[in-house]
Amino acid sequence: MGERADVWQGTLALMVLKTLQALGPLHGYGIARRIEQTSGDLLAVNYGTLYPALLKLEQEGYISSEWGTSDNNRKAKYYKLTRAGRKQLEKEAREWEQTTEILARFLAPGKESA
Amino acid sequence: MKSLRALLLRLGELFRKERRDAELSSELESHLRMHIEDNLHAGMSHEEARRLALTKLGGIEQTKENYRDRRGLPVLEVLLRDIQYALRMLRKNPGFTAVAVLTLALGIGANSAIFQMLDALTMASLPVRNPQEIAEVKIADRQGARGSVEFWNAQASYPLWEEIRRRQQSFSSIFAWSPGQYNLSPSGEARWASGLEVSGNFFSALGIQPALGRVFVDADDQPGCNAPSVVLSNAFWQREFAGSPSAIGKKLILERQPYEIIGVTPANFTGLEVGKNFDVAIPLCSESLGSAEDNRSNASAEWWLVVMGRLKPGWTLEKASEQLALISPGVFESSLRPDYPRASIPQYLKFKLTAIPAGGGLSQLRESYSSSLWLLLAITGVVLLIVCTNLANLMLARASARERELTVRTALGASRMRLICQLLTEGLLLAGAGAALGVWIATILSKLLLQFLATESSPIFLPLHLDWRTIAFASSVATGACILFSLAPALRGTRVSPSAALKSSGRGATSGPARFTLRRLLVVSQIAFSLMLLVGALLFTRSFLNLTTDDTGLRWQGVVISYLDLSRLNLPVERRPLFKSEIVSNFQQIPGVESVAETSIIPLSNASRTNKVWMDGSDPTQGTESSFSSVGPGFFKTLGIGVLAGRDVLKSDSSSSLNVAIVNESFVHQMLRGASPLGLRFWREATPRDPEMRFEIVGVVKDSKYRNIRGKFTPIVYLPQAQDPHPANFAQVLIRSTLPPAATIAAVKSAVTRISPDITATYEVFDTMVRDSLITDRLVAWLSSFFGLLAVVLAAVGLYGVIAYVVAQRTNEVGIRMALGASGGEILRMFLGETAALLSIGCVVGGLISLAAGRAAAALLYGLKSYDPLTFGLAAALLAAVAISASFIPARRAARVDPMVALRYE
Repeated sequence: MGERADVWQGTLALMVLKTLQALGPLHGYGIARRIEQTSGDLLAVNYGTLYPALLKLEQEGYISSEWGTSDNNRKAKYYKLTRAGRKQLEKEAREWEQTTEILARFLAPGKESA
Repeated sequence: MKSLRALLLRLGELFRKERRDAELSSELESHLRMHIEDNLHAGMSHEEARRLALTKLGGIEQTKENYRDRRGLPVLEVLLRDIQYALRMLRKNPGFTAVAVLTLALGIGANSAIFQMLDALTMASLPVRNPQEIAEVKIADRQGARGSVEFWNAQASYPLWEEIRRRQQSFSSIFAWSPGQYNLSPSGEARWASGLEVSGNFFSALGIQPALGRVFVDADDQPGCNAPSVVLSNAFWQREFAGSPSAIGKKLILERQPYEIIGVTPANFTGLEVGKNFDVAIPLCSESLGSAEDNRSNASAEWWLVVMGRLKPGWTLEKASEQLALISPGVFESSLRPDYPRASIPQYLKFKLTAIPAGGGLSQLRESYSSSLWLLLAITGVVLLIVCTNLANLMLARASARERELTVRTALGASRMRLICQLLTEGLLLAGAGAALGVWIATILSKLLLQFLATESSPIFLPLHLDWRTIAFASSVATGACILFSLAPALRGTRVSPSAALKSSGRGATSGPARFTLRRLLVVSQIAFSLMLLVGALLFTRSFLNLTTDDTGLRWQGVVISYLDLSRLNLPVERRPLFKSEIVSNFQQIPGVESVAETSIIPLSNASRTNKVWMDGSDPTQGTESSFSSVGPGFFKTLGIGVLAGRDVLKSDSSSSLNVAIVNESFVHQMLRGASPLGLRFWREATPRDPEMRFEIVGVVKDSKYRNIRGKFTPIVYLPQAQDPHPANFAQVLIRSTLPPAATIAAVKSAVTRISPDITATYEVFDTMVRDSLITDRLVAWLSSFFGLLAVVLAAVGLYGVIAYVVAQRTNEVGIRMALGASGGEILRMFLGETAALLSIGCVVGGLISLAAGRAAAALLYGLKSYDPLTFGLAAALLAAVAISASFIPARRAARVDPMVALRYE
């Protein structure tokens, strides 16, 4: 099956949700660009992987989509956060912070080797 | 929750693929356009912008593929695609599909139908509380018991039942019952209700709650039966009282006695005899309500009761049997009554009681049909095997035909697993369709079977329903068949390296020796199975023919039996003989009637009376068993039994004249070693009603069958009915007439009414009675013939397929042979030789299996042995003829081929 449960997939979903929270309704291309910019171009990813992730989030009910027009008058599919998505974002963000905090403690030099 | 929602959405996606694909395309298109625009803004050339956008996306097709995987359910999609593909393939070959599904349905249907019957007869439990605790008490070996046995499973007399009840300790409750027929109508023509006579605790011991009112308690079954009451079956209540609750408290007339209706049993309780039902239940004490001579409650030579009990908690059958054996001496000692023949008492006292499981109820059907049904199940099992081998053969032929398709698909990257899955899907579809159709056929077939087995005189009530066991049986047979016939070809058909198969051009590996062996093996087993079924069909058909054409010594065409109940006339014993002879002479006046005679035993009706006899002056202990029948004048003429010497029964034979007897040839042969019998005297042992009696032989008649057609000729003694010291209050009269039976019955009916409206009469056509007694034999003969023919047709189809295939594969070779000078005849012989080889191996194998299997069926055969050589020869010859003709068509096609065409082939 298409689901690859690597870190990237999980974090990508979180990034998408955060992006939509920050910028409001946005099309796939916009989300991809935003993620790339925010990461300071550290993440070079295929934009293509974004679409299955968007589909998954939509199937899970965290985002919804509809067709609209872009700034330069092009037809595009816009994604926006749902209420469930907002909650999920809070939850995942909290979990992620916890994880990084724990990892940071492990990785912080000196403290642990007593 | 989220994943469930996602799963449902993905499932939904299966149905709107096209629209969603288009949507994805336009989304990606807009994505690329925006990206290209941005790149152009950044100052790239048009090409550069486009290339970069595409690279960044990671390829349109890959993205779409990943997207689709996420969108729907790939496994399900593949499965659906397989099913669609399989359906398309099956539709493309309607002939193959029809043959496969129909034969499979027939195989599964026949198996399920027979299984359903067997299941209902042998495996079902009584609808009572904890049926596994119910046991029957019977005498372990009743050899030497005296008296009359009044129904097929009667095990106890009334005194015996009372003693068992008094002394037993194994059962928490013990009860007795007996089936009976009771006349509902207070006068005029009889209307019969089938009934149960039961002890007061019958219902409570079984744990049956009334659907309405109450069931019996011990107080309802007290000596004297002061307030006789009756419990109705649900069906009878619905039929007679339209299910009205007001029936409770009403009076029901049974045998001219009013019974108060106290309750109705639940609908699912139809008595303890599987395949029978009952209308009314009355207490055992009703015995004392009829005439004194019909009261059986103080006779120990009248066997009419079934004794059953519910085992105490923790008691096993073994323990109960031990306890019963322990109390047996006391039980038999105190159950003796003066009616028991003195000479047989020592044997009576040695009887031992035992307990057998009875949770499945009693069943005469089970006793008489289950061996035939098991046999039919075996036959239909073989049919299913043939159907499966036939299908395997067809599937294999198709796999060969599709070999190139399979190899091309392998070469294109299809895994072996995928191809097997696909072929398996086809097989499962066929099996599923076959099973579904088969279950439908089964319900029809089993109803037909029941109709076939039920006769007017003994209707069958079997609750036949498709329950989970039948479904499980059918589907496991179908699945087994599917695996058998689709997996083997699927495995073989895909075990081909693509390069090898492609290299070998038109002729794939199917024509290799290994593949052939499998197909030949299939044909050989088909022939073997077919021979088995043919042998069975011929054996049972010939056995049935023997039964219908064998000389019984009786001529019954045009004979009608009338059973006359005279009890309402309240005739004193001494007036009965005269009254009966008046009836006989009255019947003789009916136009068309040739002869009329009374008899105490109707031949071939399974009734019998047997006593020990010895010649005057010889040792009584050296006596022989002989059958007895009391007949009136004209009996031999009515049934066409030839009088060989001496005289017929005469009107002058009476209770005041010398006791005479007419014996048959077997009697003369066994008792007298052929000496002239006329004037000799013999003794009959004491019976429950008479002391030892001496008779003088005044005539000899030809042998005839006594109980049934299957029996051998045995000694029979005919006594003049008028000399019977105990004239019964009923009469059985045989009427031979030239009129059709229906007309005879109508005429006799009006004659009876004219004599007295108080005579209740029942009629039966002798021929119908005999025909009904051969029902199982007829059923087995018909069904085995049908399946035998089916098997032969399937074998022919299989052989034709194989030979046609061989011919097609070897056309090139045939061309070379013919170019080198082989004649058409030689080519024909070559292919027919192939058939002959397969045929002879199959026949030898099938013959050996039939020999082994025949021994199991030997008991069902009449007049021939299970290894009857003629039958085996006939079956093999028939099969050979069909097989040779089936392969002749393709073989001749090969022999007529133009060598040039054959060489250019491919």
